[in-house]
Amino acid sequence: MIDKIASFGRSGADLVISIGRAGRFLAGVLSGVPRPKTGFPLLMKQLYSVGVLSLAIIVVSGLFIGMVLGLQGYTILSDFGSEAAIGQMIALTLVRELGPVVTALLFAGRAGSALTAEIGLMKATEQLSSMEMMGVDPLRRVIAPRLWAGFIAMPILAIIFSMVGIWGGMLVGVEWLGVFEGSYWGNMQASVDFWDDVVNGIIKSVVFGFVCAWIAVYQGYDCVPTSAGISSATTKTVVYSSLAVLGLDFVLTAVMFGNF
Amino acid sequence: MGLDSYITLKDVVFSRSERRVFNGVSVEIPRGKITAIMGPSGSGKTTLLRLVGGQLRPDSGSIVVDGQSIGELRRKELYKFREKMGMLFQSGALFTDLSVYENVAFPMRVHTKLPEDMINDIVLMKLEAVGLRGARNLMPSELSGGMNRRVALARSIALDPELIMYDEPFAGQDPIGMGVLVKLIRDLNSSMGLTSVLVSHDVQESLSICHYACIIADGKVIGAGSPAELQNHPSEQVQQFLNGHPDGPVPFHYPSSAAAEDFGLAGGVS
Amino acid sequence: MTQRTTDITVGLFMLAGLAALLFLALQVSGLSPKSAKSTYTIYADFNDTGGITPRGRVSMAGVTVGSIDSITLNKETFQARVAMSIHGDVDNIPADSAAVIRTSGLLGEQYIDISIGGEMDSLQPGDTFYSTQSAMNIERLISNFASGK
Repeated sequence: MIDKIASFGRSGADLVISIGRAGRFLAGVLSGVPRPKTGFPLLMKQLYSVGVLSLAIIVVSGLFIGMVLGLQGYTILSDFGSEAAIGQMIALTLVRELGPVVTALLFAGRAGSALTAEIGLMKATEQLSSMEMMGVDPLRRVIAPRLWAGFIAMPILAIIFSMVGIWGGMLVGVEWLGVFEGSYWGNMQASVDFWDDVVNGIIKSVVFGFVCAWIAVYQGYDCVPTSAGISSATTKTVVYSSLAVLGLDFVLTAVMFGNF
Repeated sequence: MGLDSYITLKDVVFSRSERRVFNGVSVEIPRGKITAIMGPSGSGKTTLLRLVGGQLRPDSGSIVVDGQSIGELRRKELYKFREKMGMLFQSGALFTDLSVYENVAFPMRVHTKLPEDMINDIVLMKLEAVGLRGARNLMPSELSGGMNRRVALARSIALDPELIMYDEPFAGQDPIGMGVLVKLIRDLNSSMGLTSVLVSHDVQESLSICHYACIIADGKVIGAGSPAELQNHPSEQVQQFLNGHPDGPVPFHYPSSAAAEDFGLAGGVS
Repeated sequence: MTQRTTDITVGLFMLAGLAALLFLALQVSGLSPKSAKSTYTIYADFNDTGGITPRGRVSMAGVTVGSIDSITLNKETFQARVAMSIHGDVDNIPADSAAVIRTSGLLGEQYIDISIGGEMDSLQPGDTFYSTQSAMNIERLISNFASGK
């Protein structure tokens, strides 16, 4: 029994320590003035691999999720004879919740794990050490552009996801199930508010982008530099990012849409 | 020991996760000479290089490089100071997303504002020195292990450092690759007047090129001196390491209970 | 891949994001450039606000002319004080108009409808409606009917 309490306490202490380390790591990454001349090309390269290369999975998933929402929404709403509200339902669901959250989950799986593995491998092959020995701070040279790229790419991906989803919903609802197109868009426009719904959704995805990118680069930088260590760091990235996204989503939703 | 030492370690104590790696190590590394640090696997030889490079900090004791105490440098000063050092990592540690040419050009691009044609000249010169000028457009993944290390060597001398540290340069090399590296290390030392520190457990190669050697085991220096002095060192432990005897002060058997007990022969068998 | 192609693709990616944002703003949320125009605030006191909420709709003859800002309790009269912002170009609401809480459909959301009065003067920013009609409460209606009052 005492052993259990002790090990519980120890894992609690470990958690605090690792959060502290992650915080200090973040401070190290963000400190210092970025140098536009060297920094910009590095950032572009990371935006390409983190953002552009994630676009395909985001577009395809967005399309399918919008189409499923259209189908399910139609079945339920038509019971009440209010299938015209399908546009409103799809748009609010996507813009407020599914857009930011599903994008973040896909991002963690597609880009986050790749970031962790890449940085972990750079650590294992001593590339980070050799950079340090060359007088170049790997936190700023390697980590910072990746963190910023995740932070910038996530909201863009989430917006594209929502747009494609709404379009996919229209495809099913209007083209296939025969909801009047005017009421699809009209109901949507009457109920979606730009500042309260769209901008809040973007704020969510900005927060998620930051958290996912932070977890990914930290796990890579902190991993045990062996093949087993890298694989467990990659798993941790996906698991921690997903949990953080879902937990934070609840908190942000309560703050933004709770009205209490 | 000569008067002019480039690196001085004094009573360095260092532990990693409750394991004591160094327990009061003192080493002097002379300027402009090749010094070999030898010792069995796991004796912390690489750790020693990282301490000198300031990547790790000792628990106590002082490390002075070229008159500058490494422990007192602030982060920024340390990064500046490292421009004087080159380090060749065991794996080469080339940046896998850059070509051979860009790898060698990397330190110059970061630390200097040299014009492109000058960087080009220097890169080709350094690659020529390691015999890989023709491989400049290849990616690191297209090179053999030995060529990787030679490119890394070219990269670590790109800024003409005063000190170069080799971490296990001979590990996993075929005889030809080893011969090439031995020649390169010796040539670099004599032509550029570099202070070289060589960490290795390849006794024969190390002793053949170093001016001075020191053997570390169990967190302490167990023997130091010129290669000739070491060959005649009175310590049994030193002799065992240099000659590779399987049994001696370092036992062949991992500490265990009496064999009879493990094999179930103790008592009761009749 | 050269730096130039990378820059171009990333640029296109950013533009796609911007286009999607415009789509969400214009087509989805119906944000039109003129909706950022000025508004003015008027007040109404209700005995029972029923189910209206901040951000709710304020309409006139079925056309949305503003939205509800806040709902607070007036501690002296124990009435609810509703602040609503009305689009600036609707500046001629007759001063004797009434604010009525209505329900869209049988179960739909509640909103404030302004029923037009006949006076020549119009409500000025900061004014309060002279007469209001509170939310229709079905339960109260039924109990009144049942007790025959």
